[in-house]
Amino acid sequence: MDLCFLSTNITSFVADPLSHEFMRKALLMSSLVAAVCGFLSSYLTLKGWALMGDAVSHSVMPGVVVAYALGLPFSLGAFIFGVGSVALIGFVKQKSRVKEDTVIGLVFTGFFALGIVLVSKIKSNIDLHSILFGSPLGISLSDVKQTVFISLLVVILLSVFRKDLILYCFDPRHAKTVGINVLFLHYLLLTCLSLAAVVGLQSVGIVLVVAMLITPGATAYLLTDKFDNMTIISVISAIISSVFGIYFSFWFDLETGGSIVLVQTFIFLFAFLFAPRYGIFKFKKLFSSY
Amino acid sequence: MDELNYKSYRIEAENICVDYHGKVALYDANLRLKAGQICGLVGMNGAGKTTFFNALTGFVNISKGKIRINGESLRIAQQDQSIAYVPQSEGIDSQFPVSVWDVVMMGRYGSMNILRSPRESDIQAVKDAIERVDLMEFSSTPIGNLSGGQRKRTFLARAIAQRASILLLDEPFAGVDIRTEKLISELFIQFKNEGKTILLSTHDMIHVREFCDLVLLINKTVVAYGETSEVFTPENITSTFGGMSPDVLFGPES
Repeated sequence: MDLCFLSTNITSFVADPLSHEFMRKALLMSSLVAAVCGFLSSYLTLKGWALMGDAVSHSVMPGVVVAYALGLPFSLGAFIFGVGSVALIGFVKQKSRVKEDTVIGLVFTGFFALGIVLVSKIKSNIDLHSILFGSPLGISLSDVKQTVFISLLVVILLSVFRKDLILYCFDPRHAKTVGINVLFLHYLLLTCLSLAAVVGLQSVGIVLVVAMLITPGATAYLLTDKFDNMTIISVISAIISSVFGIYFSFWFDLETGGSIVLVQTFIFLFAFLFAPRYGIFKFKKLFSSY
Repeated sequence: MDELNYKSYRIEAENICVDYHGKVALYDANLRLKAGQICGLVGMNGAGKTTFFNALTGFVNISKGKIRINGESLRIAQQDQSIAYVPQSEGIDSQFPVSVWDVVMMGRYGSMNILRSPRESDIQAVKDAIERVDLMEFSSTPIGNLSGGQRKRTFLARAIAQRASILLLDEPFAGVDIRTEKLISELFIQFKNEGKTILLSTHDMIHVREFCDLVLLINKTVVAYGETSEVFTPENITSTFGGMSPDVLFGPES
């Protein structure tokens, strides 16, 4: 009897939200976005670009606002400002004696502040809350098209240049020595980062999009010593986080972006504690002599 | 005749200067090496050894001077896979999730298609290279699970798989076990017989005397350069190491 009650409960937990069109759309789109960000995440984690991810994702803010105000696709504005911020970071770093992490912090907060000021100045129907914290439940049809297009583009780029990008993250000097265009790979990865930030911010918003870009990769890094497996684990954990995050947000009336990222953080925590080889408790040691 | 002579140099660096954001790391450095020569690069930490390597691989741009590899520009040397660089242990992320096979295969990337899909010949080259450094049983092992010496051998195998005519080795003997040291020594003799040109940096004075036909002493610029027996004198070593005597630096037997 109890079991029957439980199974009915679980079925309704899973099925009820699916009866709403906006929930089906949110689940699909967020999973797609999560997969793309998770895919990129293994590269960013290994390259040590967490701060760069944070910088780019915050810097897209004024781009989004301007694009909305001008009626352009928001991804275009976001992309221009994302890449622009990185170029500016590179320029200031090269031309001054200020250290890189300071320059990164300085540039992205400047851009972010510009975005906030613009929102308050440009009177339009921009919803600051949805930019900052994401609105996967209220995603429009044109946003869906953009997201699908950008996601496909990023996946294709990362797949075609997969081996070169791994080499670039691992040993750029060797890449250069054997005649591979390292500068191209640098900007390719940055472009993918900007594009992923653009799609990611719809799910979880500007403030938290960096989590989508680093947490799945970091989790996967604790669980495997193979790059391919790392990418697969990263993508799967990102999708699971999105799906569960949206469900929790539906049932317990939580902020969706925060809920998704919190699930990601919990999965990381679990790996951090119990990963077979690199976790604190190293389960493998308990069961075998290896 | 002059042209012929010019072409016979594998490496020719002429008055090269490198600066990082206005800070001079290396100036007026010269080096000429032919096929089959082994040259030791000796200097203090921060004397510009790694910078010299970076300039020769094209990883940093030189602000002045000229580098010719096999009589051609660096760009052509890169396309021809002429130079292989073996990094020092600190220069790479040893926890990166790649296996020995993956790393050695990277030596072939420069001559593959854009997707870097290996041909039969690439697979054979990688197999041969891994065999030569005696790591066959570790070929699918992640590099994070190797010892320092095994990791060093992995990068040597990458250079072998690349089939480069010039090998640049940054501290090849630092932090390796006896077995690896012996294997590297044997490889050096084979490389020399194959006509490869080797430039290696080292802190170990005994290795310089043992392997190097030539020695390049640097301290931001060339202090002395020539045949090891002539140039590797206590006076030159002292001035290379900023006035400290070799006795203090390396013990009385040096």
